[in-house]
Amino acid sequence: MSLLEVRGLEVTYAGGAAAVRGVDLSLDAGEKLGIAGESGCGKSTLARALLRLLPPGARTGGEILLDGEDVLTMKWGRLRAVRWAGASIVFQGAMHSLNAVHRVGDQIAEPVLLHRRATQAAARKRAGELLEQVGLPASRASAYPHELSGGQRQRVMIAMALACDPRLIVADEPTTALDVMIQAQILRLIEGLVDEQNVGLIMISHDLAVLADTCDRLAVMYAGRVVEEGPARQVHDDARHPYGRALSEAFPTIGDPASRFAPRGLPGDPPDPAAVPSGCAFHPRCPVALDVCATEDQALRAAGARRRAACVHVGSGDGETPRGAEGSGTSGGAAANDGVRSSTP
Amino acid sequence: MTSTTPPLLSVQGLHVAFPGRRGAADARAVDGVDLDIRRGEIVALVGESGCGKTTLARSLLGLVEPTGGRVTFDGSPLARSGRALKEYRRRAQLVLQDPSGSLNPRHTVYDIVAEGLRIHGHPGDERAAVAEALSRAGLRPPERFFLRYPHELSGGQRQRVVIAGALVLEPELLVADEPVASLDASVRGEILALLLRLRTDLGLAALVVTHDLGLAWNIADRVAVMYLGRIVETGPVEQVLTAPRHPYTQALLSVLPEAPGTPVVLTGEPPDPSFIPSGCRFHVRCQVLAGGAAERAGVADACRHEDPAVLSGGDRAQVACHWARARTEEPAAGTGDGATVRPG
Repeated sequence: MSLLEVRGLEVTYAGGAAAVRGVDLSLDAGEKLGIAGESGCGKSTLARALLRLLPPGARTGGEILLDGEDVLTMKWGRLRAVRWAGASIVFQGAMHSLNAVHRVGDQIAEPVLLHRRATQAAARKRAGELLEQVGLPASRASAYPHELSGGQRQRVMIAMALACDPRLIVADEPTTALDVMIQAQILRLIEGLVDEQNVGLIMISHDLAVLADTCDRLAVMYAGRVVEEGPARQVHDDARHPYGRALSEAFPTIGDPASRFAPRGLPGDPPDPAAVPSGCAFHPRCPVALDVCATEDQALRAAGARRRAACVHVGSGDGETPRGAEGSGTSGGAAANDGVRSSTP
Repeated sequence: MTSTTPPLLSVQGLHVAFPGRRGAADARAVDGVDLDIRRGEIVALVGESGCGKTTLARSLLGLVEPTGGRVTFDGSPLARSGRALKEYRRRAQLVLQDPSGSLNPRHTVYDIVAEGLRIHGHPGDERAAVAEALSRAGLRPPERFFLRYPHELSGGQRQRVVIAGALVLEPELLVADEPVASLDASVRGEILALLLRLRTDLGLAALVVTHDLGLAWNIADRVAVMYLGRIVETGPVEQVLTAPRHPYTQALLSVLPEAPGTPVVLTGEPPDPSFIPSGCRFHVRCQVLAGGAAERAGVADACRHEDPAVLSGGDRAQVACHWARARTEEPAAGTGDGATVRPG
C-alpha cells in the first residue's frame, strides 16, 4: 500500500474559485515527488488539503488516503494526531511561519510536548537534537526568529517538521526566497533526511530544474490539474506537455547556446482559478493548440513508460508533441472525448 | 561596444559604508568597485543577498550617498543635488523588483506612467507619449490599460507598467533590480525578451542586478560577480559563466541544478560587511584554499594577508583571486589576458 494515495481531489474556495480540479497522486515511503507549477495552479492548495489546513468555506471532494486512512473524513481528534506525527508541512517564507515572540527552541519543542506527552526537559533535549540534525548548534534554541538568517530560519522550520517523526513531509517552496548557495544547502539537507529516515517527501516549487535534481518523480500542475507526470529527469529534459516544456525552458541551462540572448516564456498569464478557460485550460497560451482544444477537455493519458500527459498530441502517435504544428480540428485522441476529469490509468 | 568609445556610465573606486550602531564597525556594503556600462550594453551584476549589489545600484542613481569614489554619466560627474540630478534621473531609470510594491494602488495605469512626464515637464503630447511607452512595454492596445488600476492586472502586466513608467522619459540607462524575481516562470521569459528588445530597438543600456545566473546567460553581454562589497570576477558572459576562474564563481555555478561535476556547497552564510576578512575577503570560505590547492600554487599566504586589488571597470575578463592569477600567470590586476570572447 502506498504511503499516500490522492484520488480525484477537488478543492473549491468559498468565492467559487476551483483551485484543484481532480488530482490523482501516489507516493511510497522513501519516495520524493515534486509538484511544479505557477502561482494559482493549485499546488499550495493541494499541499494544504493534504493536512486539511484549508480555510473555512473551502469545499473538498475525492479522497486523501494516508496509510489507507482518509484525511478528508477523519474525526477531529484523529486529524490532530495525524498532523505533525503522520504528516507535517514546511511552509514557504519561514519568517512569517515562525512565531516572532517565542524562542525557536520552544517552538520546536511544542509539538513534542503535545504529541509525545514529553516532559519539559525531554522536549527541550529533543529540540536540541533536532537543531543539530538540521545543521544548527543546539545553543541556537534560545534565539528568536529575527536573530536568525533566512537559511537558518528555514532549517528551524525543517526541524519542527521532523519533531514527531512524521511519515510524510510536505515542503511548499522550501527554498524560494533563499540564495542559490543557501538553497543548495537546504536541498542537500532535505534529501539527506528523507534518505536517512525513509519518509515520503512532496516538494512543491515553480522551479522545474530544482525539482528534477531533488525528486524521483515529477508532476506538473496547471489550472488545478496535473497535466504531466513521470520520472523527474525525463519530465524535465523531454516534457510531453507543451506547458511542461515551457516551464523547463523558462530557466536556461548555462552554457546552452540555444538560450543565449533568447529567453523563453509563454504569452499570457496563468489562468484565474475563478475563470478557468473551457476545453483544455492551457489552450489560450498553447503554441501547438488545435481547434478541439478550445472545446474538449484533455485527460491524462499514457505517454511512454511510467509517464502520463494531458495533451491532445499525446497518445495518438508516438507520444511526441509536434513543435509549432498548426492544424485543423482532428480528433487527436479518443480518450479526450470523455470530458471527465483525469483518472488513474 | 568597442573599448574606444567612452562608457555611458563609469564608476571608479566606489565605496558606500553605513555607520555601525552603538559603536559597532561601519558596514562596508560597497567596498571599492569599478564598473563601466557602454551604450546599448546589458551588464548583469550578480551576487547573493547582502553582497552589496542593491546598494551599488541605488548609489548609481543617487539614491544612496557614496562615501568615496566617483560616478560619471556621459562624461560628467554625477550631481548630488539640484537641476543636474533631476536631469540625470530622467536619463537613468530604476526598475524595482516587486511591481506590486512600486505601483501606487490608487493611481490608474495612465497616471502612473504619466507621472514622470509631469515631474519633468514634458512639452509634447502626454497622451501619445504614455500610449507609446505602454505599447513599447508590450501592453497593447495601450488605450485599454489607461484606466485600469494595478490590482486589476496580473504580475507580468504590472511589471510591464513599471517598465513603461521608466521608458516614457526616453532614458539611456535602465537599472533593473531583480526585474523578474517576483514573476511566474512562464512570464519571466517574456519580460526578459522585452528588455532585450528595448536594447535592440532603442539602444538602451541596462544594469541588471540579480542573484539569478540564468538571467545573465539569457540577456547580458557582460557579467560582474560581487562578493562582500567587491566585484571578484568580471568579463563577457560566455567566458565567465562557462569557464569561471574565481573559486566563488565556480561554487555559485556548481550548485545550479543542472551544473556538471560535483557541486561545491560553501558552508555558512556570506559574512557580515561590518567584519570583512583581511587578505582576500573570500579566503575564509574558499574551497581552493581549504582544499590545499592554493598552498600548492604557493599563494596561500597571499590569500590570507594580501588584498587582491580592485578590478578595473572595462570589458576585459578579470578575476580578483591570487590562485586564479597564479594559474594563468597573470602578473597583477590591470595587465594580463585581454583575450575576451565577444558576444554575438
